Amino acid sequence: MYAGIDIGSRTIGFVVLSEGRVALSRLIDTGFEPLGAAKNMLTEKYRRVVATGYGRHAAKSHFADAVITEIKAHALGAAHIFPGVRTVLDIGGQDTKVILLDERGVVADFQMNDRCSAGTGKFLEVMAAALGYGGMDEFGEAALQGSGGIKISNMCTVFAESEAVSLMHRGAAREDIALALHSAVVERTAGMLQRIGLTPPLVFSGGVANNRCIVTLLAEKLGTKVLVPPEPQLVGALGAALAAAKEQH
Amino acid sequence: MSNYNEMWRSLGLNMEAHDRLLQALPPTYHDVYLTQPNRPQGLEYFDFVVNEIHGLRIQELQEHKQNGGKVIGAFCVFVPEEIVRAAGGICIGLCSGIDIGAAEAEKVLPRNICPLIKSFMGFKLAKICPYFESCDMVVGETTCDGKKKAFEILNDYVPVHVMETPQMKRGRDRELWLEEVRDFARLVEETTGNRLTTETLAKSIREVNGKRRALRRLAELRKNDPAPISGLDSLLIEQIAMYDDVERFTGKVNELCDELDKKVQTGEGVFPSGTPRVIVTGTPMAIPNWKVPHLIETSGAVIVAEELCTGLRYFENEVAEDAGAMDAMLENVAARYLGVNCAVFTPNTGRMERLVQLVREYNADGVIHCALSFCDPYAVEANRVEKVLKEENIPLLKIETGYDQEDAGQLKTRIEAFIEMLG
Ligand code: SF4
Ligand code: SF4
Repeated sequence: MYAGIDIGSRTIGFVVLSEGRVALSRLIDTGFEPLGAAKNMLTEKYRRVVATGYGRHAAKSHFADAVITEIKAHALGAAHIFPGVRTVLDIGGQDTKVILLDERGVVADFQMNDRCSAGTGKFLEVMAAALGYGGMDEFGEAALQGSGGIKISNMCTVFAESEAVSLMHRGAAREDIALALHSAVVERTAGMLQRIGLTPPLVFSGGVANNRCIVTLLAEKLGTKVLVPPEPQLVGALGAALAAAKEQH
Repeated sequence: MSNYNEMWRSLGLNMEAHDRLLQALPPTYHDVYLTQPNRPQGLEYFDFVVNEIHGLRIQELQEHKQNGGKVIGAFCVFVPEEIVRAAGGICIGLCSGIDIGAAEAEKVLPRNICPLIKSFMGFKLAKICPYFESCDMVVGETTCDGKKKAFEILNDYVPVHVMETPQMKRGRDRELWLEEVRDFARLVEETTGNRLTTETLAKSIREVNGKRRALRRLAELRKNDPAPISGLDSLLIEQIAMYDDVERFTGKVNELCDELDKKVQTGEGVFPSGTPRVIVTGTPMAIPNWKVPHLIETSGAVIVAEELCTGLRYFENEVAEDAGAMDAMLENVAARYLGVNCAVFTPNTGRMERLVQLVREYNADGVIHCALSFCDPYAVEANRVEKVLKEENIPLLKIETGYDQEDAGQLKTRIEAFIEMLG
């Protein structure tokens, strides 16, 4: 059995492979003690554990055998679920990555967002709270009901929040503002994809891929199909598990 | 170290701020340098120099001054060191790679300016750099707009002689630069009170060429796989080259190379053979800016060359030693400096051509382009680099970063992912 663990800023994903199949997968909140939480997920003896995500190096100094970056992990995971994928978009809690794969499924190029949280899961979370939505799902569903016409001009989380609040004060409909915020994220993401030279098929992974509004708007904007795996938050952990299985001969 | 307090005080340093700087350095140096695997013995000297960075070397400069010698500071590798030496002066690099005086600097500079400019301004305003305070004259240049305008401000605090470095490399630009070099020679004569003679100039040309040759010898050794020395250590030596005593430094670099020769023969290296090899290119990395090289070499790659002004551009070409008359010698000096491929030139195709050659010569797997934040010349020229490298199928990673550590985590992920791609 080979294990992959993806220690992200919001969630920890864990995937175990046995004879090439997923034997177990789990997703928990990162919490305040990521390393301890991660370690507790390893309940058995594995031949090899590969860690990825921002906590990968800490994991390596404690229990993991090797590390790979989130870039490689998402590429491996996405290519496993959707063979032939050429572009991977991953929007997680803190960052956005776009990855280009070659015909063999090997990373050919990648880009990450700048140091701030603009356009990431964090951005959407802050906006959902500012508009009084209970969570990301509710926020995304509401946005799907919204009608266009409003534009959010700021991508900085702090400025966009005050922009949204002042739109509310001016009487704009909540779902319209929600839609505008989703559109802003999509604009920015589409820009990154175009800069790197988007080649379909496109796979969308990470927590934000659960947001139906983002997926719909993105497909419209890009004019291409957006493939979302059943558990988009586990793609990184799957990739790490695949790396663990591959490197051991 | 404390026995230098008197000296520092007499230089007018702000002792409190200076203490803070001295406290910041050793832990960083330990973490970045002393934890590296398989370091060659010969680095002991360079470790010592860093340890004594504000001590022994400053004392030497003071002794030189007490004997009537002059110290001239420069911010760019365009300032001809051989002229200063020929007139009995000492030339030192004043580029600064730490953001300790930033708050002071922002009183006179915009916030969004390259950290190198902010750093040297901060050092002067906050009085924390004993090199700066030892200078009898500082020399600026008209390379990039930021520096050019900053020198006007710096001139309020210390007299700055500005050399006009051209923007192109045509015949008329070469003439202009030659004029600037001649003026500089005259000014150095006035400042030092010593006349340049063909003997002293020929000697100093030979000596400075000797320093360049030693550094080239070191660079050549890095073509081997496994590399006998890390990129971080090589960078350190290149940084020290700008302020250490020329002849002692040359000797020590050659001694180190003797040791490395043996390592190469027995196939010893700092990292295992087959480690991905990268070339770093972009804005100079002034001491103690080791941020990106440290991230690279702790992420599974080895740096085999620096196409930087703290690197190959500093020592690649020599001053021709074939002239006997003063005029011809100055012409040779001027010509050598215009061979530097700085991004302030347009076009700067020489840099792209050289980069491609270097990748082949050093058997590099990829290139990492590092521009300091807000450095327009290099950040914009990155596009030209990208275009040429793409045509040649050479992988490239572009980074823009400053002296702060805020983005270190994200940079590490990007660098690691790039190295995964090469592997
Ligand atoms: S990068 Fe250009 S301006 Fe800076 S030291 Fe080098 S030659 Fe001078
Ligand atoms: S790094 Fe760029 S902006 Fe800064 S001084 Fe050098 S050339 Fe000018």
